[in-house]
Amino acid sequence: MAVMTYREALNQALREEMQRDERVFVIGEEVGLYEGAYKVTQGLLKEFGPKRIVDTPIAESGFTGVGIGAAMVGLRPVVEMMTFNFALLALDQIVNSAAKMYYMSGGQYNVPIVIRGPGGPAHQLAAQHSQSMEVYFYHVPGLKVVRPSTPADAKGLLKSAIRDDNPVIFIESETLYAVKGEVPDDPDFLIPLGQAVVRREGTDVTVIAYMGMMYRAMEAAEELAKEGISVEIVDPRTLRPMDTETIVGSVRKTHRAVVVEAGAGFAGMGSEIAAFVTEQAFDDLDAPVERVTGASAPMPYARNLERAKTPSKDRILDAIRNVCSVARS
Amino acid sequence: MATKLAPKHAAAAVPTVGADLARRLLYDMMLIRRFEEKAAEFYALGKIGGFLHLSIGEEAVAAGVTSVLRPDDYAISTYREHGHCLAKGSDPRRVMAELFGRRDGLSKGKGGSMHLFDKSRNFLGGHAIVGAHLPLATGVGFAIKYQGGDQVVVCYFGDGAVAEGEFHESMNLAALWKLPVIFVCENNRYAMGTSLERALSETEIWKFGRAYNMSCEAVDGMDVLAIRDVVGRAVERARADKSPALIEARTYRFRGHSMRDPAGAVYRTKDEVEREKLRDPIALFRQRALGDGLVSEADVRTIEKDVNDLVDEAVVFADASPEPPVEWLLTDIFKGD
Repeated sequence: MAVMTYREALNQALREEMQRDERVFVIGEEVGLYEGAYKVTQGLLKEFGPKRIVDTPIAESGFTGVGIGAAMVGLRPVVEMMTFNFALLALDQIVNSAAKMYYMSGGQYNVPIVIRGPGGPAHQLAAQHSQSMEVYFYHVPGLKVVRPSTPADAKGLLKSAIRDDNPVIFIESETLYAVKGEVPDDPDFLIPLGQAVVRREGTDVTVIAYMGMMYRAMEAAEELAKEGISVEIVDPRTLRPMDTETIVGSVRKTHRAVVVEAGAGFAGMGSEIAAFVTEQAFDDLDAPVERVTGASAPMPYARNLERAKTPSKDRILDAIRNVCSVARS
Repeated sequence: MATKLAPKHAAAAVPTVGADLARRLLYDMMLIRRFEEKAAEFYALGKIGGFLHLSIGEEAVAAGVTSVLRPDDYAISTYREHGHCLAKGSDPRRVMAELFGRRDGLSKGKGGSMHLFDKSRNFLGGHAIVGAHLPLATGVGFAIKYQGGDQVVVCYFGDGAVAEGEFHESMNLAALWKLPVIFVCENNRYAMGTSLERALSETEIWKFGRAYNMSCEAVDGMDVLAIRDVVGRAVERARADKSPALIEARTYRFRGHSMRDPAGAVYRTKDEVEREKLRDPIALFRQRALGDGLVSEADVRTIEKDVNDLVDEAVVFADASPEPPVEWLLTDIFKGD
């Protein structure tokens, strides 16, 4: 184990997978000479050269399509989106080409590609650079979607994503790049896609949260412990495929569920989790599933408005207290 | 307009053609024509559904281009791709079965007319979002270079794609990185019902290559030998030094945009269509090959019978192939899961 930042963990995953497999290359804006807008690819150009660390012009649809085409004939590209907001320019390539290729070719051409970069609420980046992007992808059959919350997850999940034979959307966060944590050194340390993790054990209520919201929920849980409420926190880590078993299993134990998501709520991750928890564990629930979501507004610039846009610790506390106040039958 | 080429970009002198090659070119074009005529019949009978886009009138491009490729070269195309796929060597029976939506289709009945794929022939598919497969072709070129191969990838697209951003992004990247991609624009003068003049500020499509410092040329898309010549040179250059090329093949579709636009009569005149039919690439080449003594009347009759028999067999095969089992709905979504 070594303690490193989330950023360093991603960098290590890329380096190890590139050392392991000649077919892996990184392509995107400013990934080489500039060493990444957020320095995730630092040092890689020097180690692997311009053949495998490929700087592109600003042409998201073009270079994403290049990655997909290269993946169809045997390479394993890692496409960096400087921010995931820019992936909307490549949405057709991701949805209509990458996700469907294996299916519409009757199983002849798979697309082993990772499309990665930061997304979600960031610090005062305003409407076009700060929003939850996973919702645009996890609806699409044929895509896997990962949201890693810790440095160890970042490394283990990115390595699994690169080794996966299918398109994987891997959304990091600007606000987590500097977070430190213990990360295994083993070059074969992998976290399988589709496995949730219980971040904190508890008995009274299950909170499902990932990325920044997971950390905020952890703070809320510590506070509630003082009030005698025992909170279990489940981090899905992979949104598609979703580990419904771990989530439902936790709810069966605690009988209450709160979903926290940074996104705008309507038809969001919380809606889906609330739906399957209700379908699969209705008889175990002592209270309706509660959702804490971001406001249904574009991301504002002003600090106070930005704070109001994403779920606060107080709103998470309120929601948990609320579901716990419903008397057990 | 379509036949008037800038002199320095006109096709070079016609190279020598042997009898075998002449027969093959004629065979390929006649097979595509017959296949699509039959497909139209079975569309009318309800055996083929969805959209069906015919390339009748444009066969010289598929046949001419493919005749200068090696089997390990790649081709990628649009939703009007039956001809490109057949020319690349796919089994007409499996192509027809795909159109019929049957389990023995090239894509197991999951793709249909617009999504023919054949990995055994390095045919990378029919893609139905206009312009979207140009970046894919560029990526295939990237992979060829990365892997140190000497193949090329041919990317067929229509004049409609030229107005898309992905055309320009792909041209820039292929030229910037020197990738062995041959962009073949089948300019049939109409993007669905929108004529070139209503869509492009520059209607001489080959000229866009100049803006990207790419070798570029226009060619008579009804002249299979001229296409062979122009594309053949582009392929040689691409193999030698990985340079891409843009080739504008000026052609014409005799049918409508799809079977839902059978005559294509709203946006073009009957006179125009009749005039263009005088440039029928099959009739022109047959006449020339007969005149040059490369084929005999008997050869032509034999080819005609062979392709008719093969297409009839394809229909029988397709119709006999079962529907895909319903369990296949949920297979081929993720590899290895």
